[in-house]
Amino acid sequence: MSGEALAFWVLAVITLGSGVVVVTSHNIVHSAVALVPAFLGVTGLYVLLNAEFVAVIQVLIYAGAITVLILFVIMLTEGGTGLRVPQRNEQGAVGAAVALAMAALLSTVALRATWGIGTRTLVYTPGDIGQSFLGPNLLVFEGTSIVLLVSLIGAIIIARKED
Amino acid sequence: MTWVWELLRAVVGTVLIFTGVAVVAAMFGVLLERKIAGWIQSRLGPKHVGPQGLLQTIADTLKLLQKENIVPKNADRLIFASAVIVVPLAALLDYVVIPFGTAGGRPLIFRDLNVGVLYFAATSSLVVVGILMAGWGSNNKYALLGGLRSAAQMVSYEIPIGLALITVAMQAGSLSTLAIVNAQTGPGHLWYVLTQPISFLIFLTAATAEVNRTPFDLVEAESELVAGYFSEYTGMRFALFQLGEYGEMFAMAAMAVTLFLGGWHGPGLPSVLWFVIKLYVLIFVFMWVRWTYPRFRIDQLLNFSWKFLIPLALLNLVVTAFFVMVVHG
Repeated sequence: MSGEALAFWVLAVITLGSGVVVVTSHNIVHSAVALVPAFLGVTGLYVLLNAEFVAVIQVLIYAGAITVLILFVIMLTEGGTGLRVPQRNEQGAVGAAVALAMAALLSTVALRATWGIGTRTLVYTPGDIGQSFLGPNLLVFEGTSIVLLVSLIGAIIIARKED
Repeated sequence: MTWVWELLRAVVGTVLIFTGVAVVAAMFGVLLERKIAGWIQSRLGPKHVGPQGLLQTIADTLKLLQKENIVPKNADRLIFASAVIVVPLAALLDYVVIPFGTAGGRPLIFRDLNVGVLYFAATSSLVVVGILMAGWGSNNKYALLGGLRSAAQMVSYEIPIGLALITVAMQAGSLSTLAIVNAQTGPGHLWYVLTQPISFLIFLTAATAEVNRTPFDLVEAESELVAGYFSEYTGMRFALFQLGEYGEMFAMAAMAVTLFLGGWHGPGLPSVLWFVIKLYVLIFVFMWVRWTYPRFRIDQLLNFSWKFLIPLALLNLVVTAFFVMVVHG
Protein backbone atom coordinates (compact mmCIF):
# COMPACT_ATOMS: atom_id res chain seq x y z
CA MET A 1 0.00 0.00 0.00
CA SER A 2 1.37 3.39 -0.91
CA GLY A 3 1.73 6.10 1.69
CA GLU A 4 -1.00 8.13 0.06
CA ALA A 5 -3.49 5.28 0.24
CA LEU A 6 -2.56 4.63 3.86
CA ALA A 7 -3.05 8.31 4.68
CA PHE A 8 -6.41 8.23 2.91
CA TRP A 9 -7.66 5.28 4.95
CA VAL A 10 -6.45 6.74 8.25
CA LEU A 11 -8.14 10.06 7.43
CA ALA A 12 -11.32 8.30 6.31
CA VAL A 13 -11.51 6.37 9.59
CA ILE A 14 -10.94 9.57 11.61
CA THR A 15 -13.54 11.53 9.64
CA LEU A 16 -16.23 8.84 9.65
CA GLY A 17 -15.53 7.76 13.24
CA SER A 18 -15.94 11.30 14.55
CA GLY A 19 -18.99 11.70 12.32
CA VAL A 20 -20.61 8.70 14.02
CA VAL A 21 -19.85 10.24 17.43
CA VAL A 22 -21.38 13.55 16.30
CA VAL A 23 -24.64 11.83 15.36
CA THR A 24 -24.93 9.27 18.16
CA SER A 25 -23.56 11.02 21.26
CA HIS A 26 -26.13 11.79 23.96
CA ASN A 27 -24.27 14.89 25.05
CA ILE A 28 -24.59 17.80 22.65
CA VAL A 29 -21.22 19.27 23.68
CA HIS A 30 -19.52 15.97 22.86
CA SER A 31 -21.19 16.08 19.45
CA ALA A 32 -19.93 19.60 18.87
CA VAL A 33 -16.38 18.80 19.94
CA ALA A 34 -16.33 15.63 17.82
CA LEU A 35 -16.92 17.88 14.80
CA VAL A 36 -13.31 19.08 15.12
CA PRO A 37 -11.58 15.77 14.20
CA ALA A 38 -14.19 15.27 11.48
CA PHE A 39 -13.34 18.64 9.95
CA LEU A 40 -9.60 18.04 10.35
CA GLY A 41 -9.94 14.64 8.64
CA VAL A 42 -11.58 16.35 5.67
CA THR A 43 -8.72 18.88 5.75
CA GLY A 44 -6.28 15.99 5.38
CA LEU A 45 -8.21 14.74 2.35
CA TYR A 46 -7.93 18.18 0.75
CA VAL A 47 -4.18 18.12 1.37
CA LEU A 48 -3.99 14.72 -0.35
CA LEU A 49 -5.74 16.33 -3.33
CA ASN A 50 -3.09 19.09 -3.45
CA ALA A 51 -5.71 21.68 -2.52
CA GLU A 52 -3.76 23.48 0.22
CA PHE A 53 -5.79 26.67 0.02
CA VAL A 54 -9.10 24.85 0.50
CA ALA A 55 -7.52 22.80 3.31
CA VAL A 56 -6.36 25.86 5.21
CA ILE A 57 -9.72 27.57 4.74
CA GLN A 58 -11.40 24.41 6.02
CA VAL A 59 -9.39 24.65 9.27
CA LEU A 60 -9.88 28.42 9.58
CA ILE A 61 -13.63 28.46 8.94
CA TYR A 62 -14.91 25.07 10.06
CA ALA A 63 -12.59 23.77 12.79
CA GLY A 64 -11.68 27.23 14.10
CA ALA A 65 -14.83 29.31 13.69
CA ILE A 66 -17.95 27.18 13.12
CA THR A 67 -17.18 24.76 15.98
CA VAL A 68 -16.47 27.65 18.33
CA LEU A 69 -19.72 29.31 17.29
CA ILE A 70 -21.69 26.09 17.91
CA LEU A 71 -20.05 25.56 21.33
CA PHE A 72 -20.64 29.21 22.21
CA VAL A 73 -24.34 28.99 21.36
CA ILE A 74 -24.79 25.73 23.30
CA MET A 75 -23.11 27.17 26.37
CA LEU A 76 -25.05 30.45 26.23
CA THR A 77 -28.49 28.94 25.65
CA GLU A 78 -28.50 25.85 27.82
CA GLY A 79 -27.27 27.23 31.11
CA GLY A 80 -23.78 26.23 30.20
CA THR A 81 -24.37 22.49 30.44
CA GLY A 82 -25.92 21.45 27.17
CA LEU A 83 -27.14 18.29 28.89
CA ARG A 84 -30.85 19.07 28.72
CA VAL A 85 -31.00 19.34 24.96
CA PRO A 86 -32.77 16.31 23.46
CA GLN A 87 -30.67 14.90 20.65
CA ARG A 88 -33.62 13.36 18.76
CA ASN A 89 -37.11 14.37 17.83
CA GLU A 90 -40.07 12.69 16.13
CA GLN A 91 -38.68 13.41 12.67
CA GLY A 92 -35.94 10.78 12.96
CA ALA A 93 -37.53 8.44 10.42
CA VAL A 94 -37.85 11.19 7.80
CA GLY A 95 -34.24 12.21 8.37
CA ALA A 96 -33.04 8.63 8.01
CA ALA A 97 -35.02 8.22 4.77
CA VAL A 98 -33.51 11.40 3.30
CA ALA A 99 -30.02 10.32 4.36
CA LEU A 100 -30.46 6.88 2.78
CA ALA A 101 -31.76 8.37 -0.47
CA MET A 102 -28.80 10.76 -0.53
CA ALA A 103 -26.35 7.92 0.14
CA ALA A 104 -27.89 5.82 -2.65
CA LEU A 105 -27.71 8.73 -5.08
CA LEU A 106 -24.10 9.56 -4.22
CA SER A 107 -22.89 5.97 -4.43
CA THR A 108 -24.61 5.49 -7.78
CA VAL A 109 -22.95 8.60 -9.13
CA ALA A 110 -19.60 7.59 -7.67
CA LEU A 111 -19.77 4.10 -9.17
CA ARG A 112 -20.95 5.18 -12.62
CA ALA A 113 -18.80 8.23 -13.19
CA THR A 114 -15.62 7.86 -15.20
CA TRP A 115 -12.92 9.32 -13.06
CA GLY A 116 -10.09 11.07 -14.86
CA ILE A 117 -7.39 9.93 -12.45
CA GLY A 118 -4.04 11.48 -13.16
CA THR A 119 -5.02 12.89 -16.52
CA ARG A 120 -4.40 16.47 -15.46
CA THR A 121 -3.23 18.23 -12.35
CA LEU A 122 -5.37 21.05 -11.10
CA VAL A 123 -3.52 23.77 -9.23
CA TYR A 124 -5.57 25.41 -6.53
CA THR A 125 -3.34 28.33 -5.62
CA PRO A 126 -4.92 31.35 -3.92
CA GLY A 127 -4.21 33.40 -7.05
CA ASP A 128 -6.07 30.98 -9.31
CA ILE A 129 -9.03 30.86 -6.95
CA GLY A 130 -9.15 34.67 -6.79
CA GLN A 131 -9.01 34.95 -10.58
CA SER A 132 -11.81 32.44 -10.91
CA PHE A 133 -14.00 34.29 -8.38
CA LEU A 134 -13.58 37.58 -10.22
CA GLY A 135 -13.77 35.99 -13.66
CA PRO A 136 -15.90 33.01 -14.73
CA ASN A 137 -17.50 32.47 -11.30
CA LEU A 138 -18.32 36.09 -10.52
CA LEU A 139 -22.07 35.47 -10.40
CA VAL A 140 -21.72 32.62 -7.86
CA PHE A 141 -19.41 34.76 -5.77
CA GLU A 142 -21.76 37.73 -5.72
CA GLY A 143 -24.75 35.46 -5.07
CA THR A 144 -22.98 33.99 -2.03
CA SER A 145 -22.20 37.42 -0.66
CA ILE A 146 -25.86 38.42 -0.93
CA VAL A 147 -26.88 35.26 0.95
CA LEU A 148 -24.33 36.07 3.69
CA LEU A 149 -25.51 39.70 3.88
CA VAL A 150 -29.13 38.60 4.23
CA SER A 151 -28.26 36.14 7.01
CA LEU A 152 -26.29 38.88 8.77
CA ILE A 153 -29.29 41.23 8.66
CA GLY A 154 -31.54 38.38 9.81
CA ALA A 155 -29.29 37.70 12.80
CA ILE A 156 -29.33 41.37 13.76
CA ILE A 157 -33.15 41.51 13.57
CA ILE A 158 -33.49 38.37 15.73
CA ALA A 159 -30.92 39.49 18.27
CA ARG A 160 -32.15 43.08 18.58
CA LYS A 161 -34.27 43.79 21.66
CA GLU A 162 -37.78 45.11 21.03
CA ASP A 163 -37.89 48.77 21.91
CA MET B 1 8.89 3.54 1.13
CA THR B 2 9.31 7.31 0.94
CA TRP B 3 6.33 7.90 3.18
CA VAL B 4 8.02 6.17 6.12
CA TRP B 5 10.84 8.66 5.66
CA GLU B 6 8.36 11.55 5.51
CA LEU B 7 6.63 10.31 8.65
CA LEU B 8 9.96 10.05 10.45
CA ARG B 9 10.81 13.61 9.40
CA ALA B 10 7.47 14.83 10.70
CA VAL B 11 8.03 13.09 14.05
CA VAL B 12 11.55 14.54 14.37
CA GLY B 13 10.20 17.98 13.42
CA THR B 14 7.47 17.74 16.06
CA VAL B 15 9.96 16.75 18.76
CA LEU B 16 12.24 19.61 17.70
CA ILE B 17 9.46 22.21 17.78
CA PHE B 18 8.13 20.88 21.09
CA THR B 19 11.54 20.98 22.76
CA GLY B 20 12.30 24.40 21.33
CA VAL B 21 8.98 25.86 22.42
CA ALA B 22 9.14 24.23 25.86
CA VAL B 23 12.66 25.50 26.57
CA VAL B 24 12.85 28.83 24.72
CA ALA B 25 9.26 29.98 25.01
CA ALA B 26 7.75 28.40 28.11
CA MET B 27 10.70 28.02 30.49
CA PHE B 28 12.76 31.05 29.56
CA GLY B 29 9.61 33.07 28.82
CA VAL B 30 8.20 32.54 32.29
CA LEU B 31 11.53 33.47 33.88
CA LEU B 32 11.77 36.60 31.73
CA GLU B 33 8.20 37.52 32.58
CA ARG B 34 8.89 37.28 36.31
CA LYS B 35 12.14 39.22 36.04
CA ILE B 36 10.56 41.98 33.94
CA ALA B 37 7.52 42.12 36.23
CA GLY B 38 9.90 42.49 39.15
CA TRP B 39 11.89 45.20 37.41
CA ILE B 40 8.76 47.19 36.52
CA GLN B 41 7.37 46.86 40.05
CA SER B 42 10.73 47.75 41.68
CA ARG B 43 11.42 44.33 43.16
CA LEU B 44 13.99 41.65 42.36
CA GLY B 45 11.96 38.72 41.04
CA PRO B 46 13.18 35.11 41.43
CA LYS B 47 16.65 35.15 42.93
CA HIS B 48 17.41 31.97 44.86
CA VAL B 49 17.57 28.94 42.51
CA GLY B 50 20.75 29.05 40.45
CA PRO B 51 22.74 32.19 39.61
CA GLN B 52 20.36 35.20 39.68
CA GLY B 53 17.39 32.79 39.82
CA LEU B 54 18.12 31.44 36.32
CA LEU B 55 17.09 27.89 37.21
CA GLN B 56 13.82 28.87 38.91
CA THR B 57 11.53 27.71 36.07
CA ILE B 58 13.35 24.38 35.77
CA ALA B 59 12.75 23.82 39.49
CA ASP B 60 9.10 24.82 39.02
CA THR B 61 8.67 22.42 36.10
CA LEU B 62 10.16 19.56 38.13
CA LYS B 63 7.79 20.43 40.95
CA LEU B 64 4.76 20.49 38.64
CA LEU B 65 5.75 17.09 37.19
CA GLN B 66 5.51 15.52 40.66
CA LYS B 67 2.20 17.14 41.65
CA GLU B 68 -0.97 15.10 41.93
CA ASN B 69 -3.31 15.13 38.95
CA ILE B 70 -6.69 16.15 40.35
CA VAL B 71 -9.85 15.74 38.27
CA PRO B 72 -12.99 17.34 39.75
CA LYS B 73 -15.71 14.82 40.62
CA ASN B 74 -18.34 16.20 38.24
CA ALA B 75 -15.97 17.06 35.43
CA ASP B 76 -16.41 15.56 31.99
CA ARG B 77 -13.29 13.38 32.17
CA LEU B 78 -12.78 12.89 28.43
CA ILE B 79 -13.13 16.58 27.49
CA PHE B 80 -11.22 17.67 30.60
CA ALA B 81 -8.24 15.51 29.66
CA SER B 82 -8.21 16.16 25.91
CA ALA B 83 -8.40 19.96 26.24
CA VAL B 84 -4.86 19.83 27.63
CA ILE B 85 -3.60 18.40 24.35
CA VAL B 86 -5.48 20.76 22.03
CA VAL B 87 -4.10 24.05 23.39
CA PRO B 88 -0.31 23.31 23.14
CA LEU B 89 -0.83 21.38 19.88
CA ALA B 90 -2.45 24.40 18.21
CA ALA B 91 0.43 26.57 19.43
CA LEU B 92 3.07 24.13 18.13
CA LEU B 93 1.43 23.92 14.69
CA ASP B 94 2.01 27.67 14.23
CA TYR B 95 5.77 27.16 14.01
CA VAL B 96 5.64 25.06 10.82
CA VAL B 97 5.56 28.15 8.56
CA ILE B 98 7.93 30.45 10.46
CA PRO B 99 11.35 30.96 8.84
CA PHE B 100 13.98 31.25 11.59
CA GLY B 101 16.97 32.18 9.44
CA THR B 102 19.25 30.72 6.81
CA ALA B 103 21.94 28.06 6.99
CA GLY B 104 24.23 27.41 4.04
CA GLY B 105 21.99 29.43 1.69
CA ARG B 106 18.92 27.42 2.60
CA PRO B 107 16.12 28.97 4.68
CA LEU B 108 15.43 27.31 8.03
CA ILE B 109 11.72 26.61 7.77
CA PHE B 110 9.80 23.38 8.29
CA ARG B 111 7.49 23.86 5.28
CA ASP B 112 7.26 26.86 2.98
CA LEU B 113 3.54 26.64 2.17
CA ASN B 114 2.17 28.84 -0.60
CA VAL B 115 -0.65 29.65 1.85
CA GLY B 116 1.66 30.09 4.85
CA VAL B 117 0.05 33.24 6.29
CA LEU B 118 -3.44 31.75 6.08
CA TYR B 119 -2.14 28.54 7.64
CA PHE B 120 -0.88 30.56 10.60
CA ALA B 121 -4.27 32.25 11.03
CA ALA B 122 -6.00 28.86 10.84
CA THR B 123 -3.86 27.01 13.38
CA SER B 124 -3.82 29.85 15.87
CA SER B 125 -7.62 29.91 15.74
CA LEU B 126 -7.72 26.30 16.99
CA VAL B 127 -6.53 27.32 20.47
CA VAL B 128 -9.96 28.61 21.37
CA VAL B 129 -11.49 25.15 20.85
CA GLY B 130 -9.17 23.80 23.56
CA ILE B 131 -9.98 26.71 25.88
CA LEU B 132 -13.72 26.18 25.45
CA MET B 133 -13.27 22.43 26.08
CA ALA B 134 -11.30 23.14 29.26
CA GLY B 135 -13.85 25.69 30.45
CA TRP B 136 -16.81 23.43 29.86
CA GLY B 137 -15.18 20.14 30.88
CA SER B 138 -14.14 21.43 34.31
CA ASN B 139 -17.80 21.84 35.37
CA ASN B 140 -16.92 24.98 37.27
CA LYS B 141 -18.67 28.31 36.82
CA TYR B 142 -15.45 30.34 36.79
CA ALA B 143 -13.87 28.06 34.22
CA LEU B 144 -16.99 28.20 32.05
CA LEU B 145 -17.13 32.01 32.22
CA GLY B 146 -13.48 32.10 31.21
CA GLY B 147 -14.20 29.79 28.27
CA LEU B 148 -17.16 31.89 27.10
CA ARG B 149 -15.20 35.13 27.33
CA SER B 150 -12.39 33.50 25.42
CA ALA B 151 -14.70 32.49 22.58
CA ALA B 152 -16.19 35.98 22.26
CA GLN B 153 -12.75 37.58 22.46
CA MET B 154 -11.00 35.28 20.00
CA VAL B 155 -13.77 35.44 17.42
CA SER B 156 -13.69 39.26 17.60
CA TYR B 157 -9.92 39.66 17.41
CA GLU B 158 -9.30 37.09 14.68
CA ILE B 159 -10.87 39.51 12.20
CA PRO B 160 -8.42 42.43 12.69
CA ILE B 161 -5.51 39.93 12.68
CA GLY B 162 -6.75 38.47 9.41
CA LEU B 163 -7.15 41.93 7.87
CA ALA B 164 -3.64 42.94 8.98
CA LEU B 165 -2.24 39.73 7.45
CA ILE B 166 -4.06 40.43 4.18
CA THR B 167 -2.59 43.91 3.76
CA VAL B 168 0.93 42.48 4.14
CA ALA B 169 0.18 39.66 1.72
CA MET B 170 -1.20 42.19 -0.77
CA GLN B 171 1.92 44.30 -0.62
CA ALA B 172 4.25 41.31 -0.94
CA GLY B 173 2.06 39.69 -3.59
CA SER B 174 2.29 36.33 -1.87
CA LEU B 175 0.94 34.35 1.07
CA SER B 176 4.19 32.46 1.58
CA THR B 177 6.11 33.60 4.67
CA LEU B 178 9.42 33.11 2.89
CA ALA B 179 8.35 35.28 -0.04
CA ILE B 180 7.12 37.97 2.37
CA VAL B 181 10.49 38.06 4.15
CA ASN B 182 12.34 38.26 0.85
CA ALA B 183 10.06 41.06 -0.35
CA GLN B 184 11.33 43.20 2.55
CA THR B 185 15.00 43.07 1.59
CA GLY B 186 17.20 44.41 -1.13
CA PRO B 187 17.58 47.95 -2.46
CA GLY B 188 14.39 50.00 -2.46
CA HIS B 189 12.51 47.56 -0.23
CA LEU B 190 11.60 48.67 3.27
CA TRP B 191 10.53 46.58 6.23
CA TYR B 192 6.75 46.45 6.30
CA VAL B 193 6.70 48.06 9.73
CA LEU B 194 7.63 51.26 7.86
CA THR B 195 5.24 50.89 4.93
CA GLN B 196 2.41 49.32 6.94
CA PRO B 197 2.67 50.89 10.42
CA ILE B 198 -1.08 50.73 11.02
CA SER B 199 -1.19 47.03 10.16
CA PHE B 200 1.73 46.43 12.52
CA LEU B 201 -0.04 48.14 15.42
CA ILE B 202 -3.32 46.37 14.67
CA PHE B 203 -1.48 43.03 14.52
CA LEU B 204 0.32 43.60 17.83
CA THR B 205 -2.86 44.73 19.62
CA ALA B 206 -4.98 41.90 18.29
CA ALA B 207 -2.18 39.39 18.97
CA THR B 208 -2.09 40.49 22.62
CA ALA B 209 -5.81 39.81 22.76
CA GLU B 210 -5.46 36.46 20.95
CA VAL B 211 -2.96 35.16 23.48
CA ASN B 212 -5.09 36.44 26.38
CA ARG B 213 -2.53 38.73 27.96
CA THR B 214 -3.25 41.85 30.00
CA PRO B 215 -4.92 44.26 29.18
CA PHE B 216 -7.00 41.60 27.41
CA ASP B 217 -6.69 38.76 29.94
CA LEU B 218 -10.38 38.52 30.80
CA VAL B 219 -10.17 34.81 30.12
CA GLU B 220 -7.97 34.27 33.17
CA ALA B 221 -8.67 37.43 35.22
CA GLU B 222 -7.32 36.22 38.58
CA SER B 223 -9.22 38.84 40.57
CA GLU B 224 -12.61 37.82 39.10
CA LEU B 225 -12.39 34.23 37.86
CA VAL B 226 -9.74 32.51 40.06
CA ALA B 227 -7.74 31.47 37.00
CA GLY B 228 -10.48 31.26 34.38
CA TYR B 229 -10.53 28.24 32.11
CA PHE B 230 -7.65 26.41 33.82
CA SER B 231 -8.82 26.93 37.43
CA GLU B 232 -9.32 23.17 37.95
CA TYR B 233 -6.09 21.99 36.36
CA THR B 234 -3.16 20.84 38.45
CA GLY B 235 0.38 19.58 38.00
CA MET B 236 1.59 18.77 34.51
CA ARG B 237 -1.76 19.60 32.93
CA PHE B 238 -1.48 23.13 34.25
CA ALA B 239 2.08 23.27 32.92
CA LEU B 240 0.86 22.20 29.45
CA PHE B 241 -1.62 25.08 29.37
CA GLN B 242 1.17 27.40 30.38
CA LEU B 243 3.30 25.94 27.58
CA GLY B 244 0.49 26.49 25.09
CA GLU B 245 0.01 30.07 26.21
CA TYR B 246 3.67 31.05 26.02
CA GLY B 247 4.12 29.02 22.82
CA GLU B 248 1.29 30.99 21.24
CA MET B 249 2.74 34.31 22.40
CA PHE B 250 6.17 33.49 20.94
CA ALA B 251 4.51 32.31 17.72
CA MET B 252 2.64 35.61 17.41
CA ALA B 253 5.86 37.56 18.03
CA ALA B 254 7.75 35.38 15.52
CA MET B 255 5.03 36.00 12.94
CA ALA B 256 5.21 39.75 13.58
CA VAL B 257 8.98 39.59 13.03
CA THR B 258 8.46 37.67 9.78
CA LEU B 259 5.74 39.94 8.43
CA PHE B 260 6.84 43.37 9.60
CA LEU B 261 10.46 43.38 10.78
CA GLY B 262 12.18 41.75 7.81
CA GLY B 263 12.40 38.27 9.32
CA TRP B 264 15.95 37.02 9.77
CA HIS B 265 17.61 39.78 7.71
CA GLY B 266 20.09 42.18 9.29
CA PRO B 267 23.68 43.33 8.89
CA GLY B 268 26.71 41.64 10.43
CA LEU B 269 25.34 39.06 12.84
CA PRO B 270 24.23 35.53 11.84
CA SER B 271 20.65 35.38 10.54
CA VAL B 272 19.27 33.19 13.34
CA LEU B 273 20.67 35.60 15.92
CA TRP B 274 18.96 38.54 14.22
CA PHE B 275 15.70 36.63 14.29
CA VAL B 276 16.07 35.87 18.01
CA ILE B 277 16.98 39.49 18.83
CA LYS B 278 13.91 40.85 17.02
CA LEU B 279 11.77 38.14 18.59
CA TYR B 280 12.82 39.05 22.11
CA VAL B 281 12.34 42.78 21.46
CA LEU B 282 8.69 42.06 20.64
CA ILE B 283 8.36 39.67 23.60
CA PHE B 284 9.65 42.48 25.80
CA VAL B 285 6.96 44.78 24.39
CA PHE B 286 4.27 42.19 25.20
CA MET B 287 5.57 41.90 28.78
CA TRP B 288 6.01 45.64 29.20
CA VAL B 289 2.37 46.18 28.18
CA ARG B 290 1.18 43.41 30.51
CA TRP B 291 2.73 44.93 33.61
CA THR B 292 1.80 48.52 32.70
CA TYR B 293 -1.89 48.55 31.74
CA PRO B 294 -4.96 47.52 33.76
CA ARG B 295 -7.49 45.01 32.44
CA PHE B 296 -10.35 45.98 30.10
CA ARG B 297 -14.00 45.25 30.85
CA ILE B 298 -15.64 42.72 28.51
CA ASP B 299 -17.85 45.34 26.80
CA GLN B 300 -14.88 47.70 26.35
CA LEU B 301 -12.89 44.81 24.93
CA LEU B 302 -15.50 43.82 22.35
CA ASN B 303 -16.31 47.43 21.44
CA PHE B 304 -12.63 48.15 20.93
CA SER B 305 -12.38 45.37 18.37
CA TRP B 306 -15.68 45.85 16.52
CA LYS B 307 -15.95 49.64 16.62
CA PHE B 308 -12.34 50.65 16.34
CA LEU B 309 -9.87 47.98 15.19
CA ILE B 310 -12.00 46.37 12.47
CA PRO B 311 -13.10 49.65 10.79
CA LEU B 312 -9.50 50.90 10.96
CA ALA B 313 -8.19 47.64 9.49
CA LEU B 314 -10.78 47.77 6.68
CA LEU B 315 -9.82 51.36 5.87
CA ASN B 316 -6.17 50.37 5.86
CA LEU B 317 -7.01 47.50 3.52
CA VAL B 318 -8.71 49.85 1.04
CA VAL B 319 -5.81 52.31 1.13
CA THR B 320 -3.29 49.48 0.63
CA ALA B 321 -5.32 48.11 -2.27
CA PHE B 322 -5.37 51.59 -3.83
CA PHE B 323 -1.59 51.92 -3.56
CA VAL B 324 -0.85 48.38 -4.74
CA MET B 325 -3.21 48.51 -7.73
CA VAL B 326 -3.30 52.16 -8.82
CA VAL B 327 -0.10 53.85 -7.68
CA HIS B 328 2.38 50.99 -8.12
CA GLY B 329 0.33 48.83 -10.50
